[in-house]
Amino acid sequence: MNILISTCSQGLIYAILALGLFITFRILNFADMTAEGSLTLGGSVCAVLIIGGMNPILSILAAGLAGSLAGMVTGFFHTKLKIQAILSGILTMIALYSINIRIMGKANLSLLSKKTIFKLVGDTQISNFLVGLGICAVLLLIMDLFFKTRLGVSIRATGDNEQMMRAQGVNTDSKKILALMISNFMCAVSGALIAQSQGYSDVNMGTGTIVIALASVVIGEALIRKSSFIYQLIAVVVGSICYRFIIFLVLNLGMSPSDLKLFTAVVAAILLSLPTIKKIVTRSVKNAKN
Amino acid sequence: MLRIENLCKTFHKNQLDEKHIFQNLNLTIDKGDFVTIIGGNGAGKSTLMNMIAGSIFPDSGKIFIDDKNVTSMPEYKRAKLIGRVFQDPLKGTAPNLTIEENLSIAMLKNSSKNLALAINKQNSEFFKTKLAELNLGLENRLKAKVGLLSGGQRQAVTLLMATLIKPKILLLDEHTAALDPKSRDKILSLTKKITDDEDITTLMITHNLEDAFSFGNRTIMLKHGKISLDLKGESRQTIDPSVLFDDELTL
Ligand SMILES: Nc1ncnc2c1ncn2[C@@H]1O[C@H](COP(=O)(O)OP(=O)(O)OP(=O)(O)O)[C@@H](O)[C@H]1O
Ligand SMILES: [Mg+2]
Repeated sequence: MNILISTCSQGLIYAILALGLFITFRILNFADMTAEGSLTLGGSVCAVLIIGGMNPILSILAAGLAGSLAGMVTGFFHTKLKIQAILSGILTMIALYSINIRIMGKANLSLLSKKTIFKLVGDTQISNFLVGLGICAVLLLIMDLFFKTRLGVSIRATGDNEQMMRAQGVNTDSKKILALMISNFMCAVSGALIAQSQGYSDVNMGTGTIVIALASVVIGEALIRKSSFIYQLIAVVVGSICYRFIIFLVLNLGMSPSDLKLFTAVVAAILLSLPTIKKIVTRSVKNAKN
Repeated sequence: MLRIENLCKTFHKNQLDEKHIFQNLNLTIDKGDFVTIIGGNGAGKSTLMNMIAGSIFPDSGKIFIDDKNVTSMPEYKRAKLIGRVFQDPLKGTAPNLTIEENLSIAMLKNSSKNLALAINKQNSEFFKTKLAELNLGLENRLKAKVGLLSGGQRQAVTLLMATLIKPKILLLDEHTAALDPKSRDKILSLTKKITDDEDITTLMITHNLEDAFSFGNRTIMLKHGKISLDLKGESRQTIDPSVLFDDELTL
């Protein structure tokens, strides 16, 4: 039971990162590699602020804002300096590695005896789960509402058909930058919560998290096939929780922890290629019939 | 309404494949005019529209819309004055958004209340009546994704988006060329209906000479970066299109 709850809690915290990547990869159609850097940035900023005595909730917000700055830099690289999307993100991510060490003063910071949001509410399994669920639910509802506003719909349309949006008189650059800021805000909030939940922040905590988040997104999409927006968001959260259970399972079946990244990459690759595999299968079935 | 003065455009300037598209082009179009544009492949018809819309900028010369000099105004700002429909039905709409969400994009030109809901009761009713005028049954499919529509239906939605808020100028670049004959006729009659009803100043590029002379009230032909023919009103009916057609082949 305890394991069940803590696995769910972890899934919820990582779901915020996955929701952030859903914005860039799925809504904006922008392969944003900043995410790994801004997740760590969220962890470092939050850790430093908490050690400095700041309220843990406020420090999560501050971490999120730092993340959105990182997103803005990537957006600037891409829209104003015309650097490829993927490269823009990588540049920011690499730069953030040094910046994160500067912020923390060293490669990692412990929060063990410090006040975290989880200790604030009692630090039990259930309360930790509720913290994750509450933050996730609030962010999910805000996202759903935002992407129905005129601004939100223009961001979605920019990702869907940029040329049309320009012909419609929309400044697509600013839409992209804004979407990157929102996405990286979420990544950093996720990083701040991860740091508080595990009790330390580490300069390498972001490594490999994009694949984890993408795996969550595609697992969710495979499980929940509704096209309405709120269901797509819920699918991401469900996917993130499922991912944690899958990991828990394979670890218990004896997989070595160092193989997890390989495993995750393979799962994500298979799920991402499902549409193509389906096409090939239906085509060969048709051919066989003829 | 639209005034173009001494417009020059050269592609690949100072390179081996330098291409002079326009040299001192002058053109004035009156309010409410419906001008059809003809000319051989590569004559510069699309380039002209791109410059009017601000997708590309002229090397020199001036463009005025409603006596306002828009020559250096960026595309996204100018788009508030201009409605555009391209040849490719996929270009004008966002496939993963619903019909009503697409139409709501066209309403962005109207105000800047960014955090208001894109779809509310009021504009949803407005979209319904506008879609009903298209006579395609789309008024019952507001929540359908545009990607599910046929090319003709998508082009009809694009045309509606381009005119939902009355533009100063409507630019149509072979907007029926990619459609089957039935959809083509439908979109052409819709074009006529909408531009007549709202009295919209329109430029329409077409390769169909019959359409060119039967639609609108003026026809211009582009050739070697110049207006080689400019016919207004009655004179368009008396010209023998086959003469032009031969002429075009020799371009
Ligand atoms: N962005 C560009 N860069 C370089 N050359 C271009 C560019 N756009 C157009 N051209 C060239 O300019 C010439 C005019 O092109 P344009 O598309 O305006 O012709 P068009 O009259 O619309 O022809 P069509 O009937 O085939 O659509 C062509 O030779 C084309 O290759
Ligand atoms: Mg053309």
